Amino acid sequence: MSTADAPVPARRANRRAWAIFRAVSSFLVIVLTTYLGLLAVTFFIGRVVPIDPVLAIVGDRAPAHVIERVRQEMGLNLPYYQQFILYVKGVLHGDFGTSVLTTNPVMTDIRRVFPATMELATVGTIIGAAFGIPLGVLAAVRRGSLADQLVRIVGLIGYSVPIFWLGLLALLVFYAKLGWTSGPGRMDVVFEYTFTPVTGFFLIDAIINRDWAAFRDIVSHLILPASLLGYFSMAYISRMTRSFMLNELQQEYIVAARAKGLSETRIIWGHALRNAAVPLVTVIALSYAGLLEGSVLTETVFAWPGLGLYITNSLQNADMNAVLGGTIVIGSVFIAINLLSDVLYRMLDPRTRS
Amino acid sequence: MAMARLNMRFRPLLAGAALSLLLVSGGAAPAFAATPADTLVQAWAIDDTITLDPAESFELTPAEFIGNAYDMLVRLDIDDTTKVKPGIAESWEISDDGLTYTFKLKPGIKFASGNPITAEDVAWSFERVVKLDKSPAFILTQFGLTADNVSETAKAVDDTTFVFTVDKPYAPSFVLNCLTATVGAVLDKKLVMEHAEAKTPSDDYKYDTDFGYGWMKTNYAGSGPFKIRDWRANEIVVLERNDNYYGEKPALNRVIYRHVKESATQRLMLEAGDVDVARNLEPGDYDAVQKNADLITTDAPKGTVYYISLNQKNEALAKPEVREAFKYLVDYDAIGATLIKGIGEIHQTYQVKGVLGALDSNPYKLDVAKAKELLEKAGLKDGLSVTFDVRNTQPVTGIAESFQQTAAQAGVKIEIIPGDGKQTLTKYRARNHDLYIGQWGMDYWDPNTNADAFTSNPDNSDDAAVKSLAWRNAWDIPELTEQVKAALLERDNDKRAELYQKLQEEALDSSPFVMIYQQIEVAGVRGNVKGYRLGPSFDSNPLAPVSKD
Repeated sequence: MSTADAPVPARRANRRAWAIFRAVSSFLVIVLTTYLGLLAVTFFIGRVVPIDPVLAIVGDRAPAHVIERVRQEMGLNLPYYQQFILYVKGVLHGDFGTSVLTTNPVMTDIRRVFPATMELATVGTIIGAAFGIPLGVLAAVRRGSLADQLVRIVGLIGYSVPIFWLGLLALLVFYAKLGWTSGPGRMDVVFEYTFTPVTGFFLIDAIINRDWAAFRDIVSHLILPASLLGYFSMAYISRMTRSFMLNELQQEYIVAARAKGLSETRIIWGHALRNAAVPLVTVIALSYAGLLEGSVLTETVFAWPGLGLYITNSLQNADMNAVLGGTIVIGSVFIAINLLSDVLYRMLDPRTRS
Repeated sequence: MAMARLNMRFRPLLAGAALSLLLVSGGAAPAFAATPADTLVQAWAIDDTITLDPAESFELTPAEFIGNAYDMLVRLDIDDTTKVKPGIAESWEISDDGLTYTFKLKPGIKFASGNPITAEDVAWSFERVVKLDKSPAFILTQFGLTADNVSETAKAVDDTTFVFTVDKPYAPSFVLNCLTATVGAVLDKKLVMEHAEAKTPSDDYKYDTDFGYGWMKTNYAGSGPFKIRDWRANEIVVLERNDNYYGEKPALNRVIYRHVKESATQRLMLEAGDVDVARNLEPGDYDAVQKNADLITTDAPKGTVYYISLNQKNEALAKPEVREAFKYLVDYDAIGATLIKGIGEIHQTYQVKGVLGALDSNPYKLDVAKAKELLEKAGLKDGLSVTFDVRNTQPVTGIAESFQQTAAQAGVKIEIIPGDGKQTLTKYRARNHDLYIGQWGMDYWDPNTNADAFTSNPDNSDDAAVKSLAWRNAWDIPELTEQVKAALLERDNDKRAELYQKLQEEALDSSPFVMIYQQIEVAGVRGNVKGYRLGPSFDSNPLAPVSKD
């Protein structure tokens, strides 16, 4: 008996290990091909853009022999496929090249600009979700009421008003006229000598340094652009919450819950929203990922030294190393957030765990 | 009851609202935030700064940093821009044959590091420029300096005597003007060489050191009134007072440049007192600043001109009558009164106001009838169609659209091709345009730079070594090219000025360049800032005299 039974669990364990291995390796293959595709597309688009990248380095006035020398140094006289192979080789060694515009290694630049964007996007998403979800629930529960109409209007404004204009308006009102918030930039220049960034996330850095004056200043700089981004993600999140909630509220289990005599609060927040939360996670994750790309216009208006501004500026100057590096970072962020929302799915929805 | 239920249901919502109120009020700043009294804060788009090395830097904003943090042998006199004044050199003598310039250095002066400034530092700085051979090196190498002869042509005779030998008897004003450029900055040899990296000589690079090239991109080794303490690309530049400066010490401890790109944002920050100076104000915002009693404005004509050019590879545009007709098709008055109000003035010659030999002459007006007549003479009675490459920034887009409209009245159909700056420039440099609207900033403060750009084209073939603006528009002008060369060797300043005026008159009539305006640099300044001034070039915007009440 023992001789007959023993191999079964072992075989099962083997099969399980094999399945995990296959899942992991197919995931890796997908990620790798995604990266390679991303690199190839960005690289070749960058090369066919009708801008001479040498111009960005040497300027319009450089004599012909300087231009030619720099072109050779950059390897631009090689065929495209060789340039691409060289680039990929560099990336595999962790070398993303040097930015033409800032003269720093691309990854040093990104380590500097990405936390700025991420801090903004995170606070923006928190604001967006904190307001968007309750508003969406309110609109769904009071469907057709004045509250619903108001939420719809607020959302529509968020969709249709240019962020650039709204940003300037917000600055004009809250910064210039009322003086409630600080102006553009991440912090006042007075902190330039006392504040040393550690992580690049200034809020966290201020807490680490126990510098509460700086913390207040950082919040006061952050609140306006973050609210602006928050408003736009709120518009999206509230619309989506409303439609998910409407869908749930028509389900039979709601009727059953009501019949059981559960309180309305419990039904809405405990049951309906709990079920709507699963697709909502995707919505919030996607909107967060969108903000992480860096909102170029917001960053321009608020003089925020973030990723969006960095990539746009690099693109306009054909600084391809910087553009490619930035694209890879954004790609990684999308992949990571997708993974994260998969994990959250499993936590929120027992049905997906089997 | 209903209220209570609502309360229960939407408690998270209320909590969120309260939280945000708390955040807002907790972060409330006073309505007026003044900058520190010992610090001047400027808002400026500084994204063109890509290096702080004077041997390589050739852009506008770093010229201001280098101009204030380094010193050259001689400096431009901003009170009389046709002259130079002493910098590190106390005096200079020019030999009778015009080939040897002997500079006597000021005695006992020091770099910011405390190292003494000697003639050896000057000679080494010149050698470094020539051997690194970056974009602005031609400003020195045009005098015949090469890597092989630089140890003889730029030589320290003793600690305070520097001798500069040129290959032709150039006009002394030309030589001295070129030495005021940022590429002529004197570097602290000892300090830089401490940070130099060893190199293995090869065919491409023949030296065993990088001359501190890697370090100098982001570091500082000068002797000007300010030191460059910090530069973070697209974010900030911090200058600090140099206490070892030999001249009058600045009143300010620091000057901070914050990268702010938007004109409207700059204006808001200036009004709120978060910055003391705003540097990129567009006409609308500049207007508002002028009307504000707490703010003052200052401006200075700069060495940059804007023009529309006609590619002579296009047969129709190559006709002399067409070139002239186009000059009658620009509505100069309207452009001057609206699009460039406050930031430029109509200027139809290619030498900028204030430079030696500049001709002040604006003979052209919008005259559609005259233009039609000229087009008819050229056999283009029915007009013509051309494309127009325009970069998508103001005011050039506005000017291009204005020109499109006025030209249409004479039957010239223009198709505007909008593009990014670098993109249109790439096309222009390859001579693939019909019409192009461009700007040209002087390389150094001397009339030769613009004469050489607009009226010199030694070789009009496609693979020419020298690709001037005349070349880019395929304007083949052997005689004018010779005249430009002759003006360079005219040692009498007045006669030299006349030669340049003659060249400009010629260009006014026959060139394929429709000159439109000269840029005026403007700045909005807070009322408590004293002594803020703009010079004719960016390296001559002086910060040392600035103070705050």
